[in-house]
Amino acid sequence: MSSTLETATHPERLRRVAIEPLTRVEGHGKVTLLLDDDDHVRQARLHIVEFRGFERFIQGRPFVELPVIVQRLCGICPVSHQLAAAKACDRFVGAETLSPTAEKMRRLMHFGQVLQSHALHFFHLASPDLLFGFDDDPAHRNIVGLIRDQPDLARRGVLLRRYGQEVIRVCSGKRIHGNAAIPGGVNKALDNADRELLGIDIAQVIQWAEEVVGLMRRIFLAGGEEFRRFAAVPANTLSLVRPDGALELYDGGLRARDAAGRTLFDHASDQDYAALLHEQVKPWSYMKFPFIAALGPETGWYRVGPLARVSNCDFIDTPRAERARQELVALGDGRPVQATLAIHWARLIELLYCAEAIERLLGDPDLIGDDLVREGVPGANGFRRTGIGVIEAPRGTLFHHYEIDADGLVSRANLIVSTTNNNQVMNESIRRVAQDELDGRTLTEPLLNRIEVAIRAYDPCLSCATHALGQMPLAVTLVRGDGEVLDQLRRDADGAVRRGPPGIAGAGDGMPR
Amino acid sequence: MNDAQNAANERPAFTLDGGRIPFTPGQTIMDAALAAGVYIPHLCHKPGSAPHGSCRVCVVRANGLELSACTTPAQPDLVVESEADDIRALRLAVVQMLFIEGNHICPACEVSGACALQAVAYHCGMLTPRFPQRFPRRAVDASHPDFVLDHNRCILCELCVRASRDDDGKRVFAISGRGIASRLIVDSPTGLLGDSSFSKDDAAARVCPVGAILPRRQVFRIPIGKRYYDRSPIGHVGDVAPRLDAEDVEL
Repeated sequence: MSSTLETATHPERLRRVAIEPLTRVEGHGKVTLLLDDDDHVRQARLHIVEFRGFERFIQGRPFVELPVIVQRLCGICPVSHQLAAAKACDRFVGAETLSPTAEKMRRLMHFGQVLQSHALHFFHLASPDLLFGFDDDPAHRNIVGLIRDQPDLARRGVLLRRYGQEVIRVCSGKRIHGNAAIPGGVNKALDNADRELLGIDIAQVIQWAEEVVGLMRRIFLAGGEEFRRFAAVPANTLSLVRPDGALELYDGGLRARDAAGRTLFDHASDQDYAALLHEQVKPWSYMKFPFIAALGPETGWYRVGPLARVSNCDFIDTPRAERARQELVALGDGRPVQATLAIHWARLIELLYCAEAIERLLGDPDLIGDDLVREGVPGANGFRRTGIGVIEAPRGTLFHHYEIDADGLVSRANLIVSTTNNNQVMNESIRRVAQDELDGRTLTEPLLNRIEVAIRAYDPCLSCATHALGQMPLAVTLVRGDGEVLDQLRRDADGAVRRGPPGIAGAGDGMPR
Repeated sequence: MNDAQNAANERPAFTLDGGRIPFTPGQTIMDAALAAGVYIPHLCHKPGSAPHGSCRVCVVRANGLELSACTTPAQPDLVVESEADDIRALRLAVVQMLFIEGNHICPACEVSGACALQAVAYHCGMLTPRFPQRFPRRAVDASHPDFVLDHNRCILCELCVRASRDDDGKRVFAISGRGIASRLIVDSPTGLLGDSSFSKDDAAARVCPVGAILPRRQVFRIPIGKRYYDRSPIGHVGDVAPRLDAEDVEL
């Protein structure tokens, strides 16, 4: 199922084009293309240089610190990391089940997290491509252009995100990097004042969320066949689902389906992830390639994230989001929708789901309680020694796996983050773009942007630096097989695209190169 | 004017930043200032413990000499400056050096918000690190069932050394080595806390101003916003993380 564009037969005869840096997700991202003499793409690869510092430097630390330390992997979805680590730590302290207050506080916090991250991604990062077109002037194709042209929409985006951040703040003490989730539960419940505060705006949030789902649906359908085909790749899908098959973001069983929608495994325990999923190392990438073990690396790669979740679940248990889901899945005619741009649509359906779920939770009396932490009987040696926590982060399934020694100090850690799960499918998507859009053509900024549009659909971290500011320097160099530079195209810090080698950074150019 | 006020007025006094601080003979500048409700930043000092003078955070200028307030006896008519710009700069540098000497990672530390070092740093206006981090490699001793000893966070204040010796009569802790190689050691055959006579009921379990001696079961139980120094800065509420003295702490 992998594209033939992963590895060219005779790379030494081909010209290399590198788009570097793409952005700064977990390190550094770039795309390399190999072209033949007729400008046909023979190889396309997305590289993300992941630096796995966390897995190493948490070794030797007391496990109770994990939720607080590991959330610093990310400033966009720290709550997901905090909760995945806390779920793993629950096992260390023998907390098989949490108190209702603790579990619902964690869920509320996570709904706020997914809501704010999805709002950030759509409004700030992705919407300029979708509203203004891939070919729009890059000086305008950004959040500032959005604020100028559609101030009301931009304002809604900011306020939706702020609402999600407020949910996180009242649950965890801070908008970013709070500390609510602790092994066995949480350290605070909601108080009445916070509940009333969140209740004031929730109806407006739901209305805006529903309207933006409608907007994205119209954009997608108006894009016609081009949008349906753009970067589309048939992929297996993986996500958590609730025991009754509903969309689930906090805790559930693993479900995988193939590209035709046939179930590969269902309601599998997240504790068995290591038997279900294996990771492949490829010599050309620092990021591993996870795959479904039963299928093998060639055909076992999969998609995680909003589209995978919305396709995989049997239903969403909030009414408006469920109606929206049915409209999306109908597009597939009984098969999972595979359009990369439909990920945005699914993301907004989830945003709506989060808003509805927050409204429902705010009316739940369990949120205000004092039964916060439970600890079971630790194992014979004082603690259980293995803890695995799996959660649906905004960008997809997130695995945290820790082992501790007899003193409770971390001895080993393995994290499979959403971006890693999507590694192969993102690669396949850019190969599709390279083949469909770049093949045989002279490189231009709008063509390069199409590569980024495809990546952006998967991962907001990858697009945040390039798109929100419109200033991320980007250099593309065309090099002949003998090393001679044939052509160079660069996007400078002022957003302008110029031909020629990168110049000396001008005054005020503070962007990292 | 009542007798008590008369008595106060008759006590000898020195001036601190222009204010009059009465004292009882035998008190240090620090003792008298704290008793009068004037805060002088400090880390190794604890009322009731023998004066120590190791952290140097309480540096003041007394009659033109830079001295530690916690070890200098109060004297009549002494002119003491604590909040002069150059003294504040000196104190800030001392705090910044303490931060680079160990591994003080506030974002991941469970005593963040209830840590005297962090609170003093805020009080002194420390916004950034100033000197190159040393990143020493130090161990975490988690051998004790109730407490974790994290050497990364130790500032060598010796409050635990003094409490174990003077209050607990045990001498569990001592400082070994010299200069930058100085380190806290534990009196046990293995050098591990779990093999020592240290107990959760010891006074030494309750004096650490940072996160070096930590009860292992209660971490992160106090939410952000409710931590001691979330409520008021150290200059108003005083030193030594109150979690150590709070009645409701269950160890």
